[in-house]
Amino acid sequence: MVDFGFGLVPSSRINLDLFDKDKYEELAAVEPDVRICMACGSCTAVCTAGKFSTTSLREAIEDIKNAQPAKAVEMLQACQLCGKCSMVCPRGINTRHLILSITKTYSTK
Amino acid sequence: MIYEGKQKIWSEYQKEIPDDHYFYVRSCIRQSFFPASEATFLDITRNRLGKDIFETEHHTTCGGIAYHSDTIPQETVMTIIARQFALMAKNGYENYVCSCITSFGLYCETMETWREFPELEAKIRENLWKTCKLEFAKPKFLIHASDLIYKYRNLIAAQAVRKLVNVHTGEPLKVVEHIGCHYSKMFPSKGVGGAEYPYVLTGMIEAWGGEIVDYPERRHCCGFGFRQYFIKGNRGYSLSNTHKKFESMEPFKPDLIITNCPGCPYFLDRWQYVIAESTGKTYGPDGHGIPALTYEEVAGLVMGYDPWDLGLQTHQIGPEPLLDKMGVEYDPAKKYLGKNGKNIGEPLPCTCLKG
Repeated sequence: MVDFGFGLVPSSRINLDLFDKDKYEELAAVEPDVRICMACGSCTAVCTAGKFSTTSLREAIEDIKNAQPAKAVEMLQACQLCGKCSMVCPRGINTRHLILSITKTYSTK
Repeated sequence: MIYEGKQKIWSEYQKEIPDDHYFYVRSCIRQSFFPASEATFLDITRNRLGKDIFETEHHTTCGGIAYHSDTIPQETVMTIIARQFALMAKNGYENYVCSCITSFGLYCETMETWREFPELEAKIRENLWKTCKLEFAKPKFLIHASDLIYKYRNLIAAQAVRKLVNVHTGEPLKVVEHIGCHYSKMFPSKGVGGAEYPYVLTGMIEAWGGEIVDYPERRHCCGFGFRQYFIKGNRGYSLSNTHKKFESMEPFKPDLIITNCPGCPYFLDRWQYVIAESTGKTYGPDGHGIPALTYEEVAGLVMGYDPWDLGLQTHQIGPEPLLDKMGVEYDPAKKYLGKNGKNIGEPLPCTCLKG
């Protein structure tokens, strides 16, 4: 292969056709709260790990819906399960349990 | 559907294109990219259709590349453009037709700016007189050369010796049409079909027997973007634009891409080589690419011009599979022979891309 000194930029394209509905239903079966998140970002605002990394539960849920679960799992690796997010969630979501369920459902390791 | 209503709406997307008597201005880069396209335009309009198209050797670049690269101020560009318009008036014309989409967009932008800011127009009028001693004038009609071929599309079809049809299957060729962004995205009312339904190339393809491919990224930029390709560090963005378009059109298996901008055929053509050589991916059948031609070259092919006289050997993507599909006769031995019969030099073979 020829090196031209420049190359393709990684695509930021979101292909919703790749959304795995069965997997999402599997997650929703053990964690129905995933459906009621309104993406307000309160969890992100108070996240302890978020001060040092890009950890964001709101973004992780969006990533799953945007057919990018690997990105979501990687993001949640930094979570310390401190539980501050569950205290501020206006929908009363058990966020720690949700984070563990997402990691368990979508983790490939 | 109320047919009259649809007709009324569509009429708002139309553009008045005079039939004859034009002052023609060439592009500064097309002659080095695809050198025969402008000559073919002049030959078709003047000699085949009998139109009055005048050009002068005194005109210059419009300054568009420098303007869009932020290297010269707008007033300088406007004075350059005022000089072009003055040359038109000096030679007795009031219809202005330009070969380049960047120029066309810039002329539209300049005319609109003068309309909005008459004091700026007065200043440019003064600049023109001080620098060139020429009288300021504005064209009555500002047209892109593809508008003119669009207007003459049925006259060209009447003289066509072949259609955009696969002679082996009898099926119409699948054609991707790509319109330069500066044609109607900036000033929708200046283009045939506006920015929403640009029809200038579609009309040609339909008149010449081809079938339009409607794919998701149809209106996406080709990747020309001045500041993207000028700087090597940014060139990946240009390449990625083109890559996105090709990934989107690939499932539709197009036979041909037709364009009306100087940069689009260049980048849609050359970046296929770069994508192939750097990633191994090709978009045509059997390791070939998809030929990206200018509308003059396509018009020339349907009117029976020799493909080597149209300059198709200057394309990175070999045109032979397309010529075979269309039933165009050509002599492979003459591909790299110039007008004087001497070899013009051949490119080295590619590793991944055939042709």
